[in-house]
Amino acid sequence: MTEKPKIALYWCSSCGGCEESVVDLAEDLLTVAAAVDIVFWPVALDFKYKDVVALKDGEITATLINGAIRTDEQEHMAKILRKKSRLLFAHGSCAHLGGVVGLANFYEREDLLNRLYQEVPTINNPQAILPQPETIESGKNLQLPDFHDTVKALDQVVEVDYTIPGCPPTPELIKEAVMMVLEDRLPPRGSVLAEKKALCDTCPRRDSKPEPLRIKEFKRVYEAEWDPTKCFLAEGIICLGPATRGGCNARCINANMPCRGCFGPTDNVRDQGAKSSSFVASIIDVTDKEALEKIVDSIPDPGGLFYRYGLASSILKRKMTRDGS
Amino acid sequence: MSKRITIDPITRLEGHGKIEIFLDDQKDVERVYFQVPELRGFEKFCEGRAAEEMPTLTQKICGVCPTAHHTASSKALDDLFGVEPPPAAKKLRELMYNAFMFEDHLLHFFFLGGPDLIVGPTAPRAKRNILGVVDKVGIEMGKKVVDIRKRVRGVNALIGGSALYPVCGLPGGVSKAMTEEERTQVRVVTRDAVEFAKLTLDLFDDIVLNHKGLANWLTSDVFCHKTYYMGLVDDHNRVNFYDGKIRVVDPNGEEFVKFEARDYLEHLEERVEPWSYQKILYLKNVGWKGFIDGPDSGVYRVAPLARLNASEGMATPLAQAEYENMFHTLAEKPVHNTLAYHWARLIEVLYAAERMDELAADEELTSPRVRNLPHQTPKEGVGVCEAPRGTLFHHYKTDEKAIVERLNLLVATQNNAAAICMSIDKAARAAIKGGAVSDGKLNVVEMAFRAYDPCLACATHCLPGKRPTVVMSMIGVGIDNDVKDPRSPDTSGRGTHSLFGLNRKMLRKER
Repeated sequence: MTEKPKIALYWCSSCGGCEESVVDLAEDLLTVAAAVDIVFWPVALDFKYKDVVALKDGEITATLINGAIRTDEQEHMAKILRKKSRLLFAHGSCAHLGGVVGLANFYEREDLLNRLYQEVPTINNPQAILPQPETIESGKNLQLPDFHDTVKALDQVVEVDYTIPGCPPTPELIKEAVMMVLEDRLPPRGSVLAEKKALCDTCPRRDSKPEPLRIKEFKRVYEAEWDPTKCFLAEGIICLGPATRGGCNARCINANMPCRGCFGPTDNVRDQGAKSSSFVASIIDVTDKEALEKIVDSIPDPGGLFYRYGLASSILKRKMTRDGS
Repeated sequence: MSKRITIDPITRLEGHGKIEIFLDDQKDVERVYFQVPELRGFEKFCEGRAAEEMPTLTQKICGVCPTAHHTASSKALDDLFGVEPPPAAKKLRELMYNAFMFEDHLLHFFFLGGPDLIVGPTAPRAKRNILGVVDKVGIEMGKKVVDIRKRVRGVNALIGGSALYPVCGLPGGVSKAMTEEERTQVRVVTRDAVEFAKLTLDLFDDIVLNHKGLANWLTSDVFCHKTYYMGLVDDHNRVNFYDGKIRVVDPNGEEFVKFEARDYLEHLEERVEPWSYQKILYLKNVGWKGFIDGPDSGVYRVAPLARLNASEGMATPLAQAEYENMFHTLAEKPVHNTLAYHWARLIEVLYAAERMDELAADEELTSPRVRNLPHQTPKEGVGVCEAPRGTLFHHYKTDEKAIVERLNLLVATQNNAAAICMSIDKAARAAIKGGAVSDGKLNVVEMAFRAYDPCLACATHCLPGKRPTVVMSMIGVGIDNDVKDPRSPDTSGRGTHSLFGLNRKMLRKER
């Protein structure tokens, strides 16, 4: 009997949703698990770091890493798993683009610490104690991984072979990626393993999208009701479907809510936020300065909206400090 | 041998963690540290974002309990904008919520913490997982688990868009109404869910209560802490996951306080230790006295067992009978044994199933009116719900344009932070003597936190970085009996407990 291909799953700065999406393979999980040998998967299996270190270089056929990179430990594990794996997959939005956790790049690390340990209304910390990187308690030395100033996507730390996009990726996309490995039918290296077209092109509400699209007023979702069968943009609700890769089964649209971009940009788009904002700018149908200011003002938090998933992998990557560092 | 034993990473839980066990000169346990080396920063980076994005943004704290964050956040928006959802919207939210509690609790029992009981605490580690569980309970039962979770998550997807990350929450309601046809489909699922919940409780009988060793562990001092308990209750002090007042009982089970979510600042406080990134919640009006239990210590517990302890019953009939059985069998209330969390969790599974079934039977569920538009200028809002892992608070302050200026999040697992540290310490002291360790003994230490079903992604939402350690040295416990694998034959003659041989069905007959 030939040895089963070895698979590993690991999480970095993440929420666990990508893992849950693997569990959502349901009966297919049992099938996949029978066809492979899962050598590391902390959420579900009791293998430890030392078990990973003991593997030979390239011994793992494919590793799926989800989560962004924020700490030394995460970077270290990503590098170890890269070495041990023939194929490395960025699994989900955070590994792919930095994801929602990448929004932390709008702030300095100290802002975060101060908010959490000194400002929140529940805190009782009169001595302004902050956690320390190294603690010695009665001679016992305890260390923690250092954390970086900036959240990074996985491909900013190690070479990534393929990407499974989405927050989270659908179970079908995960299964298809694993089957591509098992059946040796992977597309060119570097591919994002989902729909090539924009979500808008496959949207169930596409027929109601006006051509050309011209918007005089944007409404926020809390202040408006909209026709649950019509294109959100036609109703004046910002939807990022035109600037976002499809493959998500239009799950937000089907719940009558607009797209927020979790599948990332389509191929050949370098900066998702820039693409999204230029698209929205292109559909604004006002010319005089005052009306223009008004409509731009009606888009709340454009930075957070257009870069919701892609700030860490954008051209700027983070908020710049005054000295430009 | 080394005087330090490291378990890294701790496994079968949501999030990152590490346990450091230090031994003294006799190679007995001197101190145990619970380290969580990862944080993210939601409390800061959600500042500046639009309030209406909070339900879909804050739920990215946790991909295992997103619906809890989504719900607490939607309720905080109701409060922020001063708008009540129409009845159908409330029912849709509660239906989705109970569907989520059902499948999430089952995830824990069959995939995360339950394998320790089902396959055995010291079974080979390659077996202590869902695959070992399927081997043990049989492929048919395994398929049923997978099938019911999938179908119940389908109910979530129907209401919320995605089985994993719902997007339906809006201030004053939900984004989509349910059709009669959909309700009919849901009713089939909810009826099956009730049957499955009963089946799972029977399995618990067979695997735990009918097993002498494990049943003994359910009453063992090794897993016992006499703490306060907190949970959301309805007007009759019955458990409610979606809404109600927060009730706290003392270690003797007497009501200590009952309060509205909006008043949480009067009752809860967090502390910082220089050696920990994890903030530790405690009862403000009892005060922090260290990692100790008892009525003078502000340490309290949340999540399934705590909810049952803090309530006076369940609001559905079958779950109520199981509630009575559990307290009757364990012969105390509150129940202080941490391993009883597993049992309480399955009683909640049954409640969630019954409540789903009640809601699905309600014709008002398909009313087309699922939103009230807000008219109030937003300023401040608090939302609460019972996450699978405990009471969850979202608190937002915004400007008049509904841009978030400040937020505070008290997340389920944070409530249990002190207790989890105490539990691991106590288990390690009992399991490890004279430096003798084994994979099985170390797993017993891990079992002490797994019973809580901690979510360290939630507990570490606060900022990106490292975070240490919780020191648990001050707990002076004197346990003189070794922790034995309860599945091995008990030859000591000790610990033959009255629980052995009892099970829920027999108790029913007795009455």
